[in-house]
Amino acid sequence: MSIARVDWKKVWAPGSLLIIILVLLATLSLYASTYTVILLTSILMYVVLTVSWVIFSAPTGYVSLAPAAFFGVGIYTSAILGKALPLPAVILAGGLASFCLALLVGALTLRLRGIYFAIFTFGLVELIKHLLLWYEIKFTGTRGRFVIVVDNDTIYHVMFAILVILLLTAYLIRRSKFGLALRSIGEYEDAAAHTGVNVDALKTVTFAISAVFIGAAGAIMATRWTYIDPYIAFNPLFSFMPVLMAIFGGMGQFSGPILGAAIFGYLEEVLLTKFPYYYMLIFGIILIVTILYLPEGLVGLVQKLWRRISGGKRAHAGG
Amino acid sequence: MLEGEAVTKYFGGLAAVWNVDFHVDQGEIVGLIGPNGAGKTTLFNLISGALVPKSGTIRFKGQNITGLKPHRICRMGMGRTFQSVKVFPNMSVLENVLLGFLFGRSNSMSSAEAAREATAVLEFVGLSAVKATPAKDLTLANQKRVEVARALATKPELLLLDELMAGLNPTEVAQAMELVTRIREQGITVFMIEHVMKAIMSVCDRIMVLHHGEKIAEGTPQEIATSKTVVEVYLGE
Repeated sequence: MSIARVDWKKVWAPGSLLIIILVLLATLSLYASTYTVILLTSILMYVVLTVSWVIFSAPTGYVSLAPAAFFGVGIYTSAILGKALPLPAVILAGGLASFCLALLVGALTLRLRGIYFAIFTFGLVELIKHLLLWYEIKFTGTRGRFVIVVDNDTIYHVMFAILVILLLTAYLIRRSKFGLALRSIGEYEDAAAHTGVNVDALKTVTFAISAVFIGAAGAIMATRWTYIDPYIAFNPLFSFMPVLMAIFGGMGQFSGPILGAAIFGYLEEVLLTKFPYYYMLIFGIILIVTILYLPEGLVGLVQKLWRRISGGKRAHAGG
Repeated sequence: MLEGEAVTKYFGGLAAVWNVDFHVDQGEIVGLIGPNGAGKTTLFNLISGALVPKSGTIRFKGQNITGLKPHRICRMGMGRTFQSVKVFPNMSVLENVLLGFLFGRSNSMSSAEAAREATAVLEFVGLSAVKATPAKDLTLANQKRVEVARALATKPELLLLDELMAGLNPTEVAQAMELVTRIREQGITVFMIEHVMKAIMSVCDRIMVLHHGEKIAEGTPQEIATSKTVVEVYLGE
């Protein structure tokens, strides 16, 4: 292993595949139907949420249930600023607002470990939701807001741009010395601190970086929903989905969470349209099966199969 | 190099470390002994910044480090190992050591340089052969070497070793003793907690004895071995 050099032999195959997929996705709106564009926007949104979550939570082992809070902050930022600012500024503002919230929350709570951290971050979602409800009833006298409408192709392209920047960021962090330090925090936090890692600062900043993308995704998604209220914006499902999708895909490899989110996102759409009544049930079953039989997720399974096939070949050659 | 004055720490109502004065001079190997629960590891935790003392001051290279965060103290040139081994189990031996170079005192080092230096440190502690192995797959003795190598990678002037030899067989103890001597030859001052008497008596220049959180004796190994109080509370007849 080397964190300094990129092993091109290992990287070129998945790398060029990724580039082909990205080019196809970038030009999608030229030839695909509106339905496909909308479907893919949702899938890309799930990939953004999941990969963002993985940046911080996978190496450190701090299970954050705050994505819905950052997502909701992005949504509300978009609703409030949508009329006043141009779209790119709104998206940036959504990311920035989430970044600031995450910095604050991180500085206050990252000394909590394990289940306490998970519960606190989940509490944050509820706290902000109810704070907004209270505010709206008390001061504006209305519930919810309208968001400016943006056309589907633009929403799709913005989401795609967020994803590309996110993937680049996640990859660079993972390969940098900070990626190594995040893993060391996940293994023995105090030993990491005694080896010179500023654990509090690193955790807080990484947490905030991961929140930027979730906030930005929220800001653009808001324009698709046109009407939002605290229940829509701070839906706890957006906290759980990234966790489930990352587990489903497998967190050991960079591609795991991406695949997990893409497949899960597609599955959700299919199940919702074909089996609206059994959708949650089937979802649950898939998840249980994954945890029981695929502890390393889909990517782990693929690797295992691949090893069996290539191992089989070698046995043949030897025999 | 390291001085403590009236260092005190309570856990609830219990004085884990009470009014302890200590000093470690440049180039020395100082031993810290005492019965279980005497407060030895607590004292190390206070020195390395894992715990903050209730009162008293700790100075390192003339600077007051009382209450500083562990990473700050580490970057000033103090490395440590842990009583219960805390290597990063799922990281390779090399990665364990790289972390020290990338975040310790030489944290502006390039990764290529860090990799080179890490290889040299692994050579020094005798782990070159297993550098790609996940640390969890090593024997206890080798895991302890990884911890030492990781601490050395932060380029310390003072190294705190917390029971480096506990749980090792006689051959491994001899190797560990030899390693400690070689570390001192590199110009690194060593402060070590140890229960293996043979080791501590032969390696240390000076020994401190803690009992119920208080310092009860201090002196050369000969003085300690013949001290009446120490024999009573710790060594036995």
